[in-house]
Amino acid sequence: MANTDDQSQQQMDSKKPSDMAQYLSFTLGDEEYGVDILRVQEIRSWEPVSRIPNVPAYEKGVVNLRGAIVPIIDLRERFNLGHSHYTPLTVVVVLQAFIGGKPRVMGVVVVDSVSNVIDIEKTRIQSAPDFGAKVSTEFINGLASFNERMVMLLDVNKLLKLEGVDNDET
Amino acid sequence: MSIDMAQFHQIFFEESFEGLDIMESGLLNLDMGDVDAETINTIFRAAHSIKGGSGTFGFSAVADFTHAMETLLDEMRDGRRKVTQPAINVLLGSVDCLREMLTAIQDEKTLDQEKVTQHKKALDTELNGADNTASPPVQPKQPIELNNDNAGWRIAFSPHADLLKTGNDPVRMFRELAELGDIDITVDLHGVPGLYELDPEECHLSWQITVHGNIPRPEIDDIFDWVEEHCDLAVQNIEQTTQASSPAFDEPPQSAAIETTPPSSATNPPIVSESGQNEKVNADKTPSAGKSSASIRVDTAKIDTLINMVGELVITQSMLSLIGEHFSLNKLDQLKNGLAQLERHTRELQESVMNIRMLPISFVFSRFPRLVHDLSSKLGKKIELQLIGEHTEVDKTVVELISDPLVHLVRNSLDHGIETPDERIAAGKQETGTVTLEAFHRGGNIVIEVSDDGRGLDKDKLRAKALEKGLIQDDAVLSDKQTYELIFMPGFSTAEQLTDVSGRGVGMDVVRRNIQSLGGNIDIVSQLGKGSTMAIYLPLTLAILDGQSVAVGDETYIIPLGSIIESINVTERMINRVAGKGETFRLRQEYLPIIRMHEIFSVPNAKATKLTEGLLVVVEGQGIRCGLFVDDLLTQQQVVVKSLEANYRQVEGISGATILGDGSVALILDIPGLVRLSNH
Repeated sequence: MANTDDQSQQQMDSKKPSDMAQYLSFTLGDEEYGVDILRVQEIRSWEPVSRIPNVPAYEKGVVNLRGAIVPIIDLRERFNLGHSHYTPLTVVVVLQAFIGGKPRVMGVVVVDSVSNVIDIEKTRIQSAPDFGAKVSTEFINGLASFNERMVMLLDVNKLLKLEGVDNDET
Repeated sequence: MSIDMAQFHQIFFEESFEGLDIMESGLLNLDMGDVDAETINTIFRAAHSIKGGSGTFGFSAVADFTHAMETLLDEMRDGRRKVTQPAINVLLGSVDCLREMLTAIQDEKTLDQEKVTQHKKALDTELNGADNTASPPVQPKQPIELNNDNAGWRIAFSPHADLLKTGNDPVRMFRELAELGDIDITVDLHGVPGLYELDPEECHLSWQITVHGNIPRPEIDDIFDWVEEHCDLAVQNIEQTTQASSPAFDEPPQSAAIETTPPSSATNPPIVSESGQNEKVNADKTPSAGKSSASIRVDTAKIDTLINMVGELVITQSMLSLIGEHFSLNKLDQLKNGLAQLERHTRELQESVMNIRMLPISFVFSRFPRLVHDLSSKLGKKIELQLIGEHTEVDKTVVELISDPLVHLVRNSLDHGIETPDERIAAGKQETGTVTLEAFHRGGNIVIEVSDDGRGLDKDKLRAKALEKGLIQDDAVLSDKQTYELIFMPGFSTAEQLTDVSGRGVGMDVVRRNIQSLGGNIDIVSQLGKGSTMAIYLPLTLAILDGQSVAVGDETYIIPLGSIIESINVTERMINRVAGKGETFRLRQEYLPIIRMHEIFSVPNAKATKLTEGLLVVVEGQGIRCGLFVDDLLTQQQVVVKSLEANYRQVEGISGATILGDGSVALILDIPGLVRLSNH
């Protein structure tokens, strides 16, 4: 088993599953975002939340997810993209993260639409450039292009961090 | 064929810690004058199984250590050694040391080797002490003498069929034997059945082994130590075959009995079964990943009840689906009956599942005999501990959280409450003081009382101390109850001198805070010279709570029923505004602050904004009373408490959440937190 053989094999067959990552893509306004599909627990439609007093405005409240109390955050407000109107067609993506040694489940409101599950080659993901102060890049893990469109890949662990609860270390 | 041993580690640790507890309580129960052979046997069995387990898993340090303990116990059991207080103290110390060793292994931390050596030395000293005439296996001198010109051993080893199932491998044992000297092995194939009857998991072979060389007998015994209950074993000296009755021959514990023990004597004999109380099964058999995996031991009877109920549920379900398959209107009654049954079964099932979380309070109480034993000798006092109502059942969470406060209270009773023997005799009391721990149910609460017949709380002293510390004013008028409660103030201590047992004045306030955080409270009754009683009241379970739902705007909140004193409509006359900001109202003789729920939680669309329009719910939390201003009272109901923190954050003023009948989430108010929030 020569090493060179293996390498050329890999180069030829670049679409081997281990080199591909699947992302759930969705749009917010004109921008397209993606989250690692393995972090997505389920996709639900919007239902009224129970408001939690005295927390940041983007933390909309909590809902009952089959007996568990799960918070819902509004992605638009989190990214300072303005307010949203919720309709029964509004999509909530329930994500899982592992924060501070504990698993956490949280819903993320996506107003516009969930578009697709896309395959992205890991090697094609580039690190996020510094946009300056205009757009916060703290949640963006990297950029990738899919069908000539730019997709911003979100870091779920950072996204689900709560102000004042979780420390800033990664 | 390699088995991943790590998956059994968790069970081993659990069993070992349980064994240590058994040893500890057994040792404490040993009465110097009249030694109960069964008690020593129990202790011995526990030590033996820890040794066995640790050997199997390769924790040789633990195995060696336990071996020494076991030897000591074995001699006590055979009556070759007297049970003395120093010996018991050494054994108790060793139990502690063993516990530390096991914890260290479990947490994969490094061990305090020096401490271990120290304890081991104490054990060895005890073993080789003056009255040690017989030859313990660890003491190599005598056996060597015995076998001085020994050419070797002839071993007849015929394992029972179940040997392999106990995890023992003869091949490994032979390999160990081979390390001792040259060996000749003859295998006896007579027991092997035909191919069709052959069970590959059973051992049908037996062996004749000859080991050549000058080998001390204990080394041979060590190898067969783990299997002696699963085999017939005869070890004979090659030359001195007539020595079958030599003292050395009786050494391997239980070997004499083993010869006659039928193979059916279970696979893991010694662990627990001294009384019915210990007959529990491990409900969490699957060892989960992660060291902090919490498991719970549940009474088998509870599991049986559950299984019965699930059975009934299945029957009801099949009955219902039968009705559903061929449904016609005249079956409507049947359907209704079936649904009613289903509802009843579901509720019963729910109750018994909740019941699984209930543990007897003895889980907490069991540590106190040791504590009292150690502390009373340290303090030079004679103290007897009484435990009453050990079988009272409490929620697991409560069990876990209540033990530290209880330890503190018991320590206080021992240190401050009970007098020295001289003082007691002078006061005309019995020389031995009594501390009583009692648990019982009252209403929806469990009450745990710690009482002593000691000197009681001195009200004047308490008052003087509080004045000295500036905790109260000179002219403060305090009721008895209020005076006693001074001891819960931070920085308060009446002990004349600090001991390392208690008396640093931190503690009682922490005790009270801990108990309050469990939703309980603590009461003191005391009589100078006669003793005092601390009563802890705790809710039976933390998972279900009686709540009053209230409406504020479009939102619903739950107030724990226990904290509500009353609900009133206020009139303008009762309201006072303090400096234009804070609002208070007069309730009988008291002025209480008002907390407007819609303001503090910024609720939109509050229906009542004028105090006279809504309702004031008078609540009490951590001794502070206030009025919560809400729109309306809704229903009273039992709610299942869900954690907000599991996926979210702790919110000030909110203790948790619950799910209402319509599936929506309502928040449960935390009264002390609300008061803090309103003070900001």
